[in-house]
Amino acid sequence: MALGKVTRRRFLVRSAIPAIAAGIGIGVPRLNAVAQAASSVSIVPASGPGAVPVTLNVNGTEHAMRIEPRVTLLDALREQLGLTGTKKGCDQGQCGACTVLVDGRRVNACLTLAIAAEGKKVTTVEGLASDGKLHPVQAAFLEYDAFQCGYCTPGQICSAVGLIAEGRTRSDAEIREFMSGNICRCGAYTNIVAAVKAAAGHA
Amino acid sequence: MIGAPLTRVDGVAKVTGAARYSYEEPVANTAYGVIVTSTIAAGRIASIDAKEAQSLAGVLLVLSHENAPRVKADAGDRKLQVLQDDAVFYDRQPVALIVADTFERATDAASRVRVTYDRKAPATTMSSPGAQTYTPSQANNNPPDTTRGDFDAAFASAPVKLDNSYVTPTEFHNPMEPHATLAMWSGDELTIYDTSQGVFPRRASVAKIFGIPDTSVRVVSKFIGGGFGSKGGTNPYCVLAAMAAKVIGRPVKVVLTRPQMFGGFGNRPRTEQRVRLGADRSGKLTAMAHDVRSQGSRYDDFIENAAVISRMLYAVPNQITTHRGVRYDVVTPTYMRAPGESSGSFALESAMDELAYATGTDPLELRLINYAETDLSEQKPFSSKSLRQCYAQAAQRFGWASRKAAPRSMRTPDGLLAGYGMASSTYPSNRSSASAAATMHADGTVLATSGGCDIGTGAYTAFTQVAAEAIGLPVARVRFDLGDTTMPPAPEAGGSQLTASVANAVHAAGVALREKLAGLATANRNSPLHGRQLADLAFGDGRVFVRAQPVTGERYADIVRHSGAPSVMARADVQHDRRAKGPYSSHAFGAHFAEVHVDPDLGTVRLARMVSAFAAGTIVNAKTARSQFLGGTVWGVSMALHEEGRIDERTGRYMNASLENYLVPVNADIPSIEIILVDEQDEFVNPLGIKGIGEIGNVGSAAAVANAVYHATGKRVRELPISPEKLLT
Repeated sequence: MALGKVTRRRFLVRSAIPAIAAGIGIGVPRLNAVAQAASSVSIVPASGPGAVPVTLNVNGTEHAMRIEPRVTLLDALREQLGLTGTKKGCDQGQCGACTVLVDGRRVNACLTLAIAAEGKKVTTVEGLASDGKLHPVQAAFLEYDAFQCGYCTPGQICSAVGLIAEGRTRSDAEIREFMSGNICRCGAYTNIVAAVKAAAGHA
Repeated sequence: MIGAPLTRVDGVAKVTGAARYSYEEPVANTAYGVIVTSTIAAGRIASIDAKEAQSLAGVLLVLSHENAPRVKADAGDRKLQVLQDDAVFYDRQPVALIVADTFERATDAASRVRVTYDRKAPATTMSSPGAQTYTPSQANNNPPDTTRGDFDAAFASAPVKLDNSYVTPTEFHNPMEPHATLAMWSGDELTIYDTSQGVFPRRASVAKIFGIPDTSVRVVSKFIGGGFGSKGGTNPYCVLAAMAAKVIGRPVKVVLTRPQMFGGFGNRPRTEQRVRLGADRSGKLTAMAHDVRSQGSRYDDFIENAAVISRMLYAVPNQITTHRGVRYDVVTPTYMRAPGESSGSFALESAMDELAYATGTDPLELRLINYAETDLSEQKPFSSKSLRQCYAQAAQRFGWASRKAAPRSMRTPDGLLAGYGMASSTYPSNRSSASAAATMHADGTVLATSGGCDIGTGAYTAFTQVAAEAIGLPVARVRFDLGDTTMPPAPEAGGSQLTASVANAVHAAGVALREKLAGLATANRNSPLHGRQLADLAFGDGRVFVRAQPVTGERYADIVRHSGAPSVMARADVQHDRRAKGPYSSHAFGAHFAEVHVDPDLGTVRLARMVSAFAAGTIVNAKTARSQFLGGTVWGVSMALHEEGRIDERTGRYMNASLENYLVPVNADIPSIEIILVDEQDEFVNPLGIKGIGEIGNVGSAAAVANAVYHATGKRVRELPISPEKLLT
């Protein structure tokens, strides 16, 4: 089976690259400047570029902010906008806890610079429920007990919303494979698959 | 209500992102702390140059041993003496803390602190020159060594003898939430929002290190993103946050980076275990020796009590068990899910599997031949034991009977090697003192509290159910709160003890509350219950009524209103010495059955499915309990196939310090695990009959997978994890 041959590392690499690519967008020149600075720490001046104006559209609301270019989307959400539903698990694009939707695609917010999300629509776990009604994926996670500690859960849920939109729910094996960028250390995987299946209408 | 599969009461908060974990507490003016860690494993700090770091915009403080406030010596582990002197005992030991007004500035500054060292060549493995073996005074509160009968004579004369050694590697907990503390002082009063498995033990430890009364420290832990033992003891980051907040006079939060979680608070120690089994030709055990060597640090004691499970799991009359620690230049290991039982069961249950093949006995039959009707280690009957039912139900559901006995005799339709393996599981039923309070409000709702922690176990939900049942209310009218030292005290969520401890206290508080309400009603001339005796009353659906005449009664809400007080509160304190020995031995039991598929050319192992059955007394919530058993079982799969902290033997640094390189299962690794809850009532273990369930899933599960790999391949891997190269060589 072809799917079974995808190793965990290859999967992570494959899932991380689109996340970075999705994040680059308009921010290419600035991103390069930061990347160069980071690669040669000992010779850069003692302070980095100062704060720049950025407008982020998060869950349908525009936020005019001033942030240093090196601030990730994840830290902008959590530390500046107070949207702490998006979690920091590794800050290295390896665990998926920070998964958000950018223009409908799932990306790792820790690998996306906030300035690179300008002009895009960012959806976090806080933006999924509407009119006090849980999103079907949220309701299914509750029903199937698809979490324990809850820390990977917002990322799992955003990832599942993206997965369903991608049409990757044709079999349990496919759900498992394409949810494998989101680590759950509590080990709720079989319940996560049941929840995603139910939410996708295959229950 | 007790036992019902109630959906998590804190679940909506978790699926909407509203649940706040400690680092997320919105406290104004909080500064960001980032830890600088050592790059050597042994030696001394020669110099710290923080001039460049200090010159950066936004940097508020650089703390090192040169300027850090002094803490109390001899106040717990040596590693809590953080920034107190220039000594380095382990790689990634904190050597400085940067505090800045943003996370980015603190991180940047931390990267510019230049530290030089006088490095000592470290001993980095258990067999390195300089590693020292020691005899511990205890092994996780158990005697380190035991003997019964005459092992030497019985082993010498046994017709069947096995003598093999097993290795479990250093493992790192890696909860998804990195360890974090937000600390703030008001005068000499300290408040910490902490990733803690127990707010009361944390408070006691932090108070001691800062030399202030317990009552001057408040610890809050409302949501914890997984602990697995790693958030039990107090660790350096917590002390650093409190130190820095004191120095700069503003709140400071400190979080570990993921690489810092490989050495920042400890790990499951590597174990080297020798197991000798003597048996007759039918497989009946006559002699067993289990000798454990456990990774240890230079400066604090911790022993993985891996041989303890061997003292009670089987009816073996002649036995020796020993534990030794091996000191080298690493961080002190710590508790990790089923400390001792998980690693020990890998060795014991692998050895039992080897005995099954050596005697031509079915592995399940071998367990039944050696079934322990009493606990031989304590010479006591079990308060309950349903292991036979676990074996039977799981074996039936799994289809164990269709297993072909010979190794390498089963194939999948697409040509992979298939193997079936099984193993037993057990974990002791622990309990500690706990208190709880329950308050009835005039609107007929109850707030019940106890200062335990919910690390993902479902404690919020389970205790809501217990309170509702005890008081006689629908669960929708009960709110349970926890995780704060302003509440009645509770023990740490560790050793699978929290539910058994706190549920009994919550139940007692609920009963006390309903009786107090009944007393108010029977004393009130205007109540329809005036003058009635408590013994004639019953409780349910939010009211007290006459048992023989249920229409005569009074609603709780009305009793509170008529009392003239805004609410009525009752509290219960249930005392229990965890180490006290009663007339019974109490353990939960279980059985794991696993099928694996192995690629014969590549040596890659995939779990195909597992069926695991557990009997653990009263199950408070069938839904969350199932999830706990499931999660524990996944941990066993992970131990068998994935996890290994790999140390650089030249430097003493764990090399694979990331979730990319330290493997844990992802969704694709766990196709199907079925959990069976076996009915069991235990009238002796504690009033509610609850045994712990947090660890047992992780006991025996690694062995079941390893045994399945042997059955599939005919190759016995005695050193975990079972990585492809071990099957190809």
